[in-house]
Amino acid sequence: MREVAIIGIGDTKFGEMWEAGFREIGIQAGLAAVEDAKLAAEEIDALYVGNMSAGRFIEQEHVAALIADYSGLARDHIPATRIEAAGASGGLALRQGYLAVASGMHDIVVVGGAEKMTDVGDVVATEIQASAADQQWEVTFGATFPALHAMIARRHMHQYGTTREQIAQVSVKNHKHGSLNPKAQFQREIDLNTVLKAAPVADPLGMFDCAPFSDGAAAVVLCSMDKARRYTDTPIRIRASAQASDTLALHARSDICTFEATRVAARKAFKQAGLEPKDIQVAEVHDNFTISEILAIEDLGFFPKGEGGKATVEGQTAMGGKVAVNTSGGLKARGDPIGATGVAQVVEIVHQLRGQAGKRQVSGARFGLAQNVGGTGATVVVTILEAA
Amino acid sequence: MEVGIVSYGAYVPRYRITPQEIGRVWGSDGEMMSKGLQIFSKSVPQSDEDVITISVEAARAMMRRCDVDPMDIGAVYVGSESHPYAVKPSGTIVAEAIGCSTEITMADLEFACKAGTAGMQICMGLVGSGMVKYGVAIGADTSQGAPGDPLEYSASAGGAAYLIGSRDIIAAINHTASFTTDTPDFWRREGQDYPSHGGRFTGEPAYFKHVTAGGKLILKNMGTKPDQYKYAVFHQPNGKFPQRVAKMLGFTDQQIEVGLLTPQIGNTYSGAVPLGLAAVLDVADPGDRIFVVAYGSGAGADGFDISVTENMARYDRSKAPLVRQLVEDKRFLDYATYAKFRGKIRIQEANS
Amino acid sequence: MATARFWRENPSRYNLSASKCGVCGKVFFPPRGVCSTCHRKSIGKMQGLRLSGEGEIYSYSVVHEAPSQYEMLKPYVVAMVRMDEGVMLTSQVIDVDPPEVKIGMRVHTTLRRVGEDGPAGVIYYGYKFAPIK
Repeated sequence: MREVAIIGIGDTKFGEMWEAGFREIGIQAGLAAVEDAKLAAEEIDALYVGNMSAGRFIEQEHVAALIADYSGLARDHIPATRIEAAGASGGLALRQGYLAVASGMHDIVVVGGAEKMTDVGDVVATEIQASAADQQWEVTFGATFPALHAMIARRHMHQYGTTREQIAQVSVKNHKHGSLNPKAQFQREIDLNTVLKAAPVADPLGMFDCAPFSDGAAAVVLCSMDKARRYTDTPIRIRASAQASDTLALHARSDICTFEATRVAARKAFKQAGLEPKDIQVAEVHDNFTISEILAIEDLGFFPKGEGGKATVEGQTAMGGKVAVNTSGGLKARGDPIGATGVAQVVEIVHQLRGQAGKRQVSGARFGLAQNVGGTGATVVVTILEAA
Repeated sequence: MEVGIVSYGAYVPRYRITPQEIGRVWGSDGEMMSKGLQIFSKSVPQSDEDVITISVEAARAMMRRCDVDPMDIGAVYVGSESHPYAVKPSGTIVAEAIGCSTEITMADLEFACKAGTAGMQICMGLVGSGMVKYGVAIGADTSQGAPGDPLEYSASAGGAAYLIGSRDIIAAINHTASFTTDTPDFWRREGQDYPSHGGRFTGEPAYFKHVTAGGKLILKNMGTKPDQYKYAVFHQPNGKFPQRVAKMLGFTDQQIEVGLLTPQIGNTYSGAVPLGLAAVLDVADPGDRIFVVAYGSGAGADGFDISVTENMARYDRSKAPLVRQLVEDKRFLDYATYAKFRGKIRIQEANS
Repeated sequence: MATARFWRENPSRYNLSASKCGVCGKVFFPPRGVCSTCHRKSIGKMQGLRLSGEGEIYSYSVVHEAPSQYEMLKPYVVAMVRMDEGVMLTSQVIDVDPPEVKIGMRVHTTLRRVGEDGPAGVIYYGYKFAPIK
């Protein structure tokens, strides 16, 4: 297996994009990434597209072919593949692209993630989002996707003494980071009170504990490391790529305060990279709900189990802390177009490792990590990147 | 062959609303309605309850109290005027939910408030003829009265289930007889949300005529007098009618007291007599004799002469809630919440 | 028309039909054909059983933003319940005021309406939890 580098990145702003449809959003990010890599279309060997549910959001399946077509790549008849793992669709698409290049099958691939969530109303969007969980044995009985995470939060509070304020602080921090990101859906700082007093969604989580519905796309260009410097002075090495699965239903786990799939994927990734959590300066984790970030920073090994809340209020995951988590604003402030998120996380890490993150720049960022989650942790992809 | 009740179970939803609260909304004197009807509160089902869930609760309670194998049940009848489906029986879901085999005969019944007792009579015939070993008869309702109509003060929800058989019976049904005529006192047309009624026509030519005729038929056929019965259960559309009809037949207030539930839980329609009888069976002793007359508008009365057997001493009622416990487990609602539970507020299907 | 998809799970939704591995004893709900611990060794050895319906609350939440079919019930309590047989189920908790719900509370299952395929469609019945009094 040979080394793989990221030689180009691109993304759209995330938010409610009324003027742009799925096709426009999808190719915008891809074209930006190809431009960033200064590639010619003929040099692209394959396309991988992460998307959770275009079939239900816009009644369109077969979206890899669609993106290949509208980005002009279908002219060259390149292989185009759509990958789905609910919220982990983007991260998983990246992993498939990585495996294709690492194995020697392809030299240069484009990996994109895109989701158009606002062409349906909120009620339908909520139902589609819930299909990431166990439809028959969780959702049918009234467990919404936020409710499942709320039950994780309540159990975490019960088992570890984590407080409501600690959980809410995740949102405050990520909004602070988002205010520094011109591509974020929400660029306004908020205070703790706003989070605590927000309309309840599923107690103890309220509106400000939950990532929004968003439209958006992100893309990266992967290239074998040995050819990367032909295209860029700042190739970013994929130091590790790991993936793990777990039971679909949350109630089938033995402990819901941990995403075992995160722990397994992280262990494999750190082993592949020859690194430890303390070596990571910057991380993008899957905060579709505030409690999810608390679990993530514990399960990835940044903090002991049960201390994620304390670490957050102590500022250890803010810029300037022990590890800067979600400098993009995270899913909460940056936005969460489901299939795009996993790729957008990597785009942010690349900005950081290239030293091009502007006001969000973490000084001395050398190793970065992205954690992308599907459902309530049934799929987790962990990627570790290095400034080459 | 002696035929009778092998086991029984009851269920009443826990929510209540008072006539005063209903009257407050409709500009009527709820206090006066309450006194006039002798109804002090009525039961209200949650929006996730219906005749099927009520029947299943009552039937499961019935099965918990005995050790009959549900695979030996040969017939299931659910009598109601508020079946969830107009076409598709409630009883098949109940039968599966209590573990019956596929070898059962089943049909839903309707005869206003006496569909449950009609089911008991059918089961008696099937058991007595040897066609089935055990039959289940359930009377349950979640009836509604039109908002603002007098019926709204009384129409409530609840039900009881009876396992009819010929072995280990706790109460023998010595005799049953019915009095039936075509009398349009109360009805609901297909497609209508709420029933209609003939006002005071529902009294003398309907309820009283049929209940007294049915009652007299039982007394005549059995050669008995009212004072030979420890308990009497009459259909109870309000708290007053059963008191009056009891006197007309020669029964006392003490005899009807235990089986008179309407003042606390309202008129549970097809569940009314089955629940009243269950309340009596909750306290009855071996040797006690029970007089029962159910009434269904349209119209008809089903009478029963029942004797509690020695087996009642070995029957463990504690495996399921007593009627008294169900009546006492209550939470009061305001009219708006009640209207929401009962679907009286129309919600448009969200399509986005 | 999702009729068949719901109908074929009736035994589990009505009567808590589950399965138990004949090799290690682990209980699964809904029933499975193979044990996740014993894998191939368990094929043909899975036994049917019905859960008793009793368990205790492992975690819960009060849902305020509800999907369309539960508009009428909100706010409602949803919980994960560890059944006495060891397996965990997720459903609503009824006949209780939200502040009364606690982790560790003993509950039992009861049959309620869990949904319908529109006002003209089939009604789905299934288990919800109620406190054991």
